[in-house]
Amino acid sequence: MSRELTYAEAVREAIDLAMARDERVFLFGEDVGVYGGAFGVTDGLYQKYGPERVRDTPISEAIIAGVATGAALTGMRPIAEIQFMDFVTLSMEQLVLQAAKLRFMLGGKVEVPFVLRTPAGAGTGAAAQHSESLENWFVHVPGLKVVMPSTPADVKGLLLASIEDPNPVIFVEHKLLYRTKGVVPEGYYTTPLSQSEVKRTGCDLTIVATSLMVMRALEAATKLADEGIEVEVVDPRTLKPLDPAPIIQSVSKTGRVLIVHEAVKTGGFGGELAAVIAESEAFDYLDAPIRRLAGLDIPVPYNRELERRMVPQVDDIVTAARRLVREAR
Amino acid sequence: MSEPFADLTPEQLHDLLHQMLLIRAFEESAEQLYLQGLMHGTMHLSIGQEGSAVGACAALRPTDYILSTHRGHGHCIAKGARVDQMMAEFFGKETGYCRGRGGSMHIADVTTGNLGANGIVAGGVPMAAGVGLSIQMQRQERVALVFFGDGATNEGAFHESLNLAAVWNLPVIYFCENNQYAMSMAIGRASKVEKLSDRAAAYGIPGVTVDGNDLVAVYTATQAAVARARSGGGPTLIEAQTYRWKGHSKSDKQRYRTKEEVKEWQERDPIARLVEKMFAAGLLTEAALNRRQAQVDAEIAEAIEFAKASPDPDPATILEGVYA
Repeated sequence: MSRELTYAEAVREAIDLAMARDERVFLFGEDVGVYGGAFGVTDGLYQKYGPERVRDTPISEAIIAGVATGAALTGMRPIAEIQFMDFVTLSMEQLVLQAAKLRFMLGGKVEVPFVLRTPAGAGTGAAAQHSESLENWFVHVPGLKVVMPSTPADVKGLLLASIEDPNPVIFVEHKLLYRTKGVVPEGYYTTPLSQSEVKRTGCDLTIVATSLMVMRALEAATKLADEGIEVEVVDPRTLKPLDPAPIIQSVSKTGRVLIVHEAVKTGGFGGELAAVIAESEAFDYLDAPIRRLAGLDIPVPYNRELERRMVPQVDDIVTAARRLVREAR
Repeated sequence: MSEPFADLTPEQLHDLLHQMLLIRAFEESAEQLYLQGLMHGTMHLSIGQEGSAVGACAALRPTDYILSTHRGHGHCIAKGARVDQMMAEFFGKETGYCRGRGGSMHIADVTTGNLGANGIVAGGVPMAAGVGLSIQMQRQERVALVFFGDGATNEGAFHESLNLAAVWNLPVIYFCENNQYAMSMAIGRASKVEKLSDRAAAYGIPGVTVDGNDLVAVYTATQAAVARARSGGGPTLIEAQTYRWKGHSKSDKQRYRTKEEVKEWQERDPIARLVEKMFAAGLLTEAALNRRQAQVDAEIAEAIEFAKASPDPDPATILEGVYA
């Protein structure tokens, strides 16, 4: 049975199912309890599971990451929430130097199974310190997994898979996706990590997009279809470890690729994707240069119009795609 | 404290003396091997601090956890690790505790509850709260003891961890080995409080300062903190005042302290102090001490032999262990 849920409801349902199923799973972070989370995502879980398994923490992001690491190391399955992705800057030592490396440094003798959930993204008028998309920092760290779902069905299945995974997973949600709706299967299911998915098929151009940009790419694809341009949209879903095969296959088929992400362009995940494609057999099939459309290299501005311009919009994707289809190598 | 050895039995005292001698012999050998070019990288020796490592771990059960520091060889041995697998790790061998991937700075033996040394000052301190929470939520009778140096008390993570452990009443013993210097930074230049244990007041938890070179004093203070933690009384901050005889690491020219100061602390050698106390109580003879030293030396010689004879990691396995 399936029914429509919002992305936020799908996250909540996944946490609920995991907590009901496994006593080792618990949720903690700033204001996740009575308040229900800054975005209402964990609403009702405190009432259902009580203060021991749904824990409010002081505003101490370093210790949130430390508690996740220490508890995971000794038999628990923590789900930590960092209220805004910007605040992971305060957790970096425990995540990068401890959680990610412990298993390797200790000769493979430990596991660190936790999920750190965090909402990323601009578009809420929250300006430069509450709008970051910092996923690629974590992609750069061996030992961490990075998951970035775009749909309600994916966010539920991928979150449950992340909770089951024996590694530290940085689970990036998008604030603007929280209210989007989609068909979500009922009950417990997992969507495997490290499986890229083709979200729409087409033969003229491949768009590889992440998180909110998948939704915008699909919207752009509908508009482009009216002009006779058939776009294939691929969503990596798990950024690390990446499943490159569906991306390479798609680009080999269409011969053109536009990479779209919200994070600033320089040092963003698009660079990695472009390199993966360029190093693969898809290179021989390219009819035009690999193009990236990403956030401008600026802090997120407050002003509504400036904020809008900083991040790729549907029309920007349409324009970039149209240009790329006409372009020849 | 009326009893000179608290509740420690003569057998326990002999065992603890053995551990201290073993730690010192291990580190002296490791240093020699390093100087001979047989080990690479760097190492941080805890010679002179054996009393705090052994005294603290003596108050723990085998099932209790410790989290250790970059100066963690003593903690590892005191918690029950085997010196042959430690030595093999120092040689970077596959038979080492970390399969040659961690080395001195990440030495760990999870089978004896040692969750690992740490290359980051205060790196283990936040994790300790997580371990404590894990124990509490699983209704276990364990405690977690986290070692850290005086330098760690000035990291922000120290504050976050003690505060959280206090408000959540976690079974954690925060054990500060104040060896007077954070690399070259004297504690008096880095902190304005008289005793580092005074900082416990900021978290509403007990804080106690002990002579870290007095094994029995360290044991007694830790025992009280462990009992409190195990019975649901929450965390304690212990400051053990001690001194490292050697430099911070292998690159240290020791310009920040005088030879006289080092000599003064060497006269407070934790091993010599326990030996003298045991002599005075008739629990140890010169001959028995010599026998024990010979035993320790043989153990170390065997460990070195084991390490040298062990295979290096197979380069084909280089990618193993990043993900589970």
